[in-house]
Amino acid sequence: MYKLLLSWRYLRTRYIALASIISVTLGVGTLIVVNSVMAGFSHEMHIRLHGILSDIIFEAHSQDGMENVEELITEIRKVVGDELVGVTAAVHVPAMININYHGQMQPRQVNLIGVDEATYAEVSDFSQYLMHPENRSKFDFLLRESGWGDDEHAIPPSGWPYRRLKANYEREQELQRRMLQNATGEAPAGPGELAEHPQPGTLPLAEGTGLATAPVDPFNQLKPQSAENVFNPEKDQYTGIILGIAMGSVRQRDARGKVRDVYLCRPGDDVQVAFASVGMPLPKILSENFTVVDFYESKMSEYDSGFAFIPLKAMQNSRGMGDAVTTIQLKLKTGADLNAVRDKLQARFPAEEFPFRIQTWRDMQGPLLAAVQMETTLLNILLFMIIAVAGFGILATFFMIVVEKTKDIGILKALGAPGRGVMSIFLGYGFSLGLVGSGVGMLGGLLFVTYINQIAKVVEWITGHEVFDPTVYYFSKIPTIVEPLTVASVVAGSVLIAVLASVLPALRAARLHPVEALRYE
Amino acid sequence: MSSTVIRSHGQGAKNQEPGARVREGEAPAEPRVEGSVLRVQDTTPAAIADSNRQVLSTQYSVHSAHSAKTVRSATPQSSLRTPQSSLLAAKKLEKSYRKGRLEVPVLKGVDFAVRPGEFVAIVGQSGSGKSTLLHLLGTLDAPDSGEIHFEGNRIDNLPASGRDVLRNKYFGMIFQFYHLLPELTMLENVLAPIMIRFGIWNYFWKRREHVERAKQLLDMVGLSHRLTHKPRELSGGEMQRTAIARALIAQPKLLLADEPTGNLDQQTGGEILAILKQLHRAQGLTILMVTHDPAIARQADRVVRLVEGKVAA
Repeated sequence: MYKLLLSWRYLRTRYIALASIISVTLGVGTLIVVNSVMAGFSHEMHIRLHGILSDIIFEAHSQDGMENVEELITEIRKVVGDELVGVTAAVHVPAMININYHGQMQPRQVNLIGVDEATYAEVSDFSQYLMHPENRSKFDFLLRESGWGDDEHAIPPSGWPYRRLKANYEREQELQRRMLQNATGEAPAGPGELAEHPQPGTLPLAEGTGLATAPVDPFNQLKPQSAENVFNPEKDQYTGIILGIAMGSVRQRDARGKVRDVYLCRPGDDVQVAFASVGMPLPKILSENFTVVDFYESKMSEYDSGFAFIPLKAMQNSRGMGDAVTTIQLKLKTGADLNAVRDKLQARFPAEEFPFRIQTWRDMQGPLLAAVQMETTLLNILLFMIIAVAGFGILATFFMIVVEKTKDIGILKALGAPGRGVMSIFLGYGFSLGLVGSGVGMLGGLLFVTYINQIAKVVEWITGHEVFDPTVYYFSKIPTIVEPLTVASVVAGSVLIAVLASVLPALRAARLHPVEALRYE
Repeated sequence: MSSTVIRSHGQGAKNQEPGARVREGEAPAEPRVEGSVLRVQDTTPAAIADSNRQVLSTQYSVHSAHSAKTVRSATPQSSLRTPQSSLLAAKKLEKSYRKGRLEVPVLKGVDFAVRPGEFVAIVGQSGSGKSTLLHLLGTLDAPDSGEIHFEGNRIDNLPASGRDVLRNKYFGMIFQFYHLLPELTMLENVLAPIMIRFGIWNYFWKRREHVERAKQLLDMVGLSHRLTHKPRELSGGEMQRTAIARALIAQPKLLLADEPTGNLDQQTGGEILAILKQLHRAQGLTILMVTHDPAIARQADRVVRLVEGKVAA
């Protein structure tokens, strides 16, 4: 009984000891904040990494892809069984996109992906990331009238009206140019040149100007150029392409420091894409025009600046690959054991016999996930070291308190308190100090996590710098996840450190000789 | 010859772990004591006092028998059981302190006894060893040689846990510097021995009784208005009166007072002494008081004079 009472009184009266556990408080608070933010980050990252990748990916070794997809898929369904939710086939090829921005071609290196509109949405969250709301429910590669843009991305007027205006403007401009050339007597640029190299920026003139031209489809050129067959940018579009938002726009600060998206192109614009055809040993480089029909934003910069999507059929036709695909993607039930399914599939399709490899999305993003994991672990170790340092602070303070309380210890022993009892006073004191320190730290940490965005704003207001620069990071809010188990183990760990730090002083107190302790002044 | 043997025994008892001694001597001694101490916690205070007396008696007798066994061959003539007439007896107590390499003898063979119901004062100059003697008698310290008997049982060679129980239940102690716990209120200070004796549940089980008794004791020493004060808010006299109340809460058989008036002015000291005398007269409390002041010592029934570590004739 006296142990509890005295521990409690010491706790309430020794403010210096409370000061010594401030570092425990800070350590616990920081650990909780760091863990929550890191958990939030990696959760976001998982979602984003996973968003475009499906659960399990079959990747062909060669760009020519794998044949007999239907049979393969039937076999996969057999192996995976009930856990399979969706399957889709796709073609991935490296490509270069040229975007015409103010008359200049801006090249972008991308991964061009041919996807099956019907099944791709089943295996990944891709469609959820599209900018146009209607595309989110059912996406296709046809340009829509309007409706892009939201609070986060103010996409300028796009779609068909924009395309018509632009085509009209360019036709007028071309006419003016020709009139000017005629007036000055210079030789006009050959119309044949335009027709041969139709460029998205300098669109070929519509019928009626006598300079009409056709898209790259070689068969079109053979047909008589009737009004129906001539490509008219005011009415027609090329094959649709969906670009990552970071490809079509650049996030910048304007002169007043406001963050703005500068759009290099928008839905309705045409872009030129160069990619390799099939055919070993010498693939040809194909160049084609595509019409941007939408942007997607997965908030994963690697994807947003690196992936462009076109219809699977168009890709297969252009590359001349028939029905072959380079990847097959599987979506499994939530909670399914990806590694187990992957192992099953690997056993059925041994890497030595089949020209593709089977990976889970985690395998594909392994290094990135491992890096985040590593960072979290390192931070945890470092911060626990801080708490361990705090433990030594407690040790020193406790020794001082034991010295200060020498007489009291003598009194207790004179009244018949056993050494064990005296020891447990100080162990209890250490325990309650640790409890108070880590409890306050936990509350502080949780409060900090709850109001982290407001705090970030205050810091921003004080320092004038944005904590999370929106030109660098895609999220406007700091993601956090509080895991109760992590919080509990952090608190338990620091209480344990506090108790361990009080063991030595408590032992010393227990061993004090009562007479000497009573004589101590 | 005999003194060296006893010394070696005494030192052995001091240094050995309780377990080791059990191995060497009678096996059943220790566990029985432990068990009895645990068992008595369930009974009423009065019963506790009674049963503990018995428990301790058996405990002592076991130890005495044990001591007799080991010592008998060397000192057959030494009588190990003192007559029951004395409550507390010291026999040939020796104690010296080490100061560096120098050994300073403080007690050089003290023999005396306190009978039940006596008020004995030990007087002596500063440094005559009277405080040391009191510490030895109160089992706060162990003698180099010699024996201490309480109710006929040897107590100086008890294991630490046995001595803790002894101090907690059978001896009440008051000191010159009051030695109250500064973090506790007066009431809590008085209750401290009870809190030490009982565990949390047992304490709360009888909490009302204990508090009631503590209040009575504080009322008796005239401090019923100071229950919730902390020691630093009180005067020396008030603190000493609280210390007396604390010493009495366990209903001890013997009150050991170490210069109880040494730090007080004459009038307050007189009040403290009056309380002690009142206790002695009305309740028949046995009191052993150490003082350097012959005037105060004269108030006692009997005065024992300590000169240079020995009882003067």
